Amino acid sequence: MYHQSKRYFRFFVFLFCAALLLSALPVLTAAAADGAAAPAEAAKSEPGFFENVWKILTEKYPLLLRGVGQTMLISLVGTVAGLLIGMLTGIIRTAPYSKNAVLCFFHKLLNKIISVYVEIFRGTPMMVQAMVIYWGYAFATGGSTLPLIPSGIFIVSINTGAYMAEIVRGGIISIDKGQFEGAASIGMSHGQTMLSVIIPQVMRNILPSVSNEFVINIKDTSVLNVIGVTELYYFAGIIKRETFKTFETYLIVCVIYFILTFTVTRLLRLAEKKLAGKESYTIFGSQSDPEAEIKVKKEEPGYVD
Amino acid sequence: MSTEPIIQITHLKKQFGDHLVLDDINLSVSKGEVVSVIGASGSGKSTMLRCINLLENPTAGEILYHGVDITSKENDLQKYRASVGMVFQQFNLFNNMTALENCTVGQIKVLKRSKEEAKETAMTYLRKVGMEQFINAKPAQLSGGQKQRVAIARSLAMSPEMLLFDEPTSALDPQMVGEVLTVMRQLASEGLTMIVVTHEMAFARDVSSRVVYMEGGVICEDDVPSVIFKKPNNPKTAAFLQRFFAN
Ligand SMILES: Nc1ncnc2c1ncn2[C@@H]1O[C@H](COP(=O)(O)OP(=O)(O)OP(=O)(O)O)[C@@H](O)[C@H]1O
Ligand SMILES: [Mg+2]
Repeated sequence: MYHQSKRYFRFFVFLFCAALLLSALPVLTAAAADGAAAPAEAAKSEPGFFENVWKILTEKYPLLLRGVGQTMLISLVGTVAGLLIGMLTGIIRTAPYSKNAVLCFFHKLLNKIISVYVEIFRGTPMMVQAMVIYWGYAFATGGSTLPLIPSGIFIVSINTGAYMAEIVRGGIISIDKGQFEGAASIGMSHGQTMLSVIIPQVMRNILPSVSNEFVINIKDTSVLNVIGVTELYYFAGIIKRETFKTFETYLIVCVIYFILTFTVTRLLRLAEKKLAGKESYTIFGSQSDPEAEIKVKKEEPGYVD
Repeated sequence: MSTEPIIQITHLKKQFGDHLVLDDINLSVSKGEVVSVIGASGSGKSTMLRCINLLENPTAGEILYHGVDITSKENDLQKYRASVGMVFQQFNLFNNMTALENCTVGQIKVLKRSKEEAKETAMTYLRKVGMEQFINAKPAQLSGGQKQRVAIARSLAMSPEMLLFDEPTSALDPQMVGEVLTVMRQLASEGLTMIVVTHEMAFARDVSSRVVYMEGGVICEDDVPSVIFKKPNNPKTAAFLQRFFAN
């Protein structure tokens, strides 16, 4: 298994290098064409592509680092908050209706509201949502605006929440009915069943989707620059305006985004493996030796049933 | 054997849409009785058990638990289910918990027992079903027979007055049926009140105090095993058993 993940890793490194080369190709060919047409001295007076990249990295790294920090902050908090929204709405939408007519009415109303929320936020671009919410607030309050980072976190949270709502609901529905009945048969209430039996299994099952949402958010926070949130893409704009090196700047930012998503993906996959549960257990005592403890290890994290 | 019934079912009906699955079921079970329920597939055996555990809501009729209607407000549903537990064909163990946790969670949440007390009780019953060696194993790591024994321990740990078994051995490989039936025989001999839906005729004949034959959502015959298996009064019972043993 270890072998395979190593091969996987090499493959990704290869892909990454290939992508880098490909994106650098237009520059290299342009430089070559220049060199052929113009005298060598003229070409030398202009700093080259790699010099530019180096200059941006060494001079503008504080901006880049701040951008990375804000991007990670917004996407991480947004994903966690989105997951909480998803959990809450998922639990509400899968709960059985109360026998009490009033409670039942409000439950149904709440379900309708959640459906509308999910449809709207999944059906419109986050960039537009950001504009509508940010400027909508300004419009409603007669000109006052919200602080930018919290606004960004808020927008990413409710946008992610709409996707998480569906992910969690799907996760709950896909749990075998027998798990609910097993719990009911020993007298556990719906709430107790959700908390102790269902949600832990749902969390484990949806972790890949949650990781996926996180990675999407790292990339999609870039749209928040439309309202001026100072994340990585916003700083790219500033660096570009200061250096006039548009291609070099955005190439660097592109590589940074890739490193972020790649690292996060790998880390979360490790976490998933950890969460796949103890793959071994101990048998206490054997027929020949009652004091023996036998460790039983499974090859694959079995999760049949 | 006391005569006051624990469970008394009168005129129970259950309908799924237009489909009448149970039609006027009358049955009472007293302390210490082992009632086996036999009958062809689709005759409504599972539905009857699920109505008793209130996993299904009866359409009409009454199920009394010590004289109290189980669908009424006086009946605390959680307490009731803890004392009239159910063992399923598909085990329904909690996949995210070890064998031991499966047997403690209900005690802690429903009966509000302390963790130590719950663990002690769970160990008592896991030992009884011969699963004390596997307390740290998750359900996915156990065989069918082992899972079913843990499921029985889980129900027993709730200190039930009565247990409902819905074909507890039907999902098992033949070589594992014995280990589960042995546990059930032992429980019967210790006086646990049980209703057992089963296709294990030897168990029904040797262990139960009464056998109920169901067909088409009604109870055709309800008598001691010697009558049911030797000289049934209802020709339908005789026909079913003849078909069953012919296979
Ligand atoms: N939830 C349900 N919705 C609709 N019909 C159902 C439902 N549950 C059971 N039935 C129907 O009720 C009838 C009796 O089912 P039940 O499971 O009680 O039979 P059974 O005697 O337990 O059969 P088996 O021996 O196969 O387990 C069947 O025709 C079945 O299709
Ligand atoms: Mg059945």
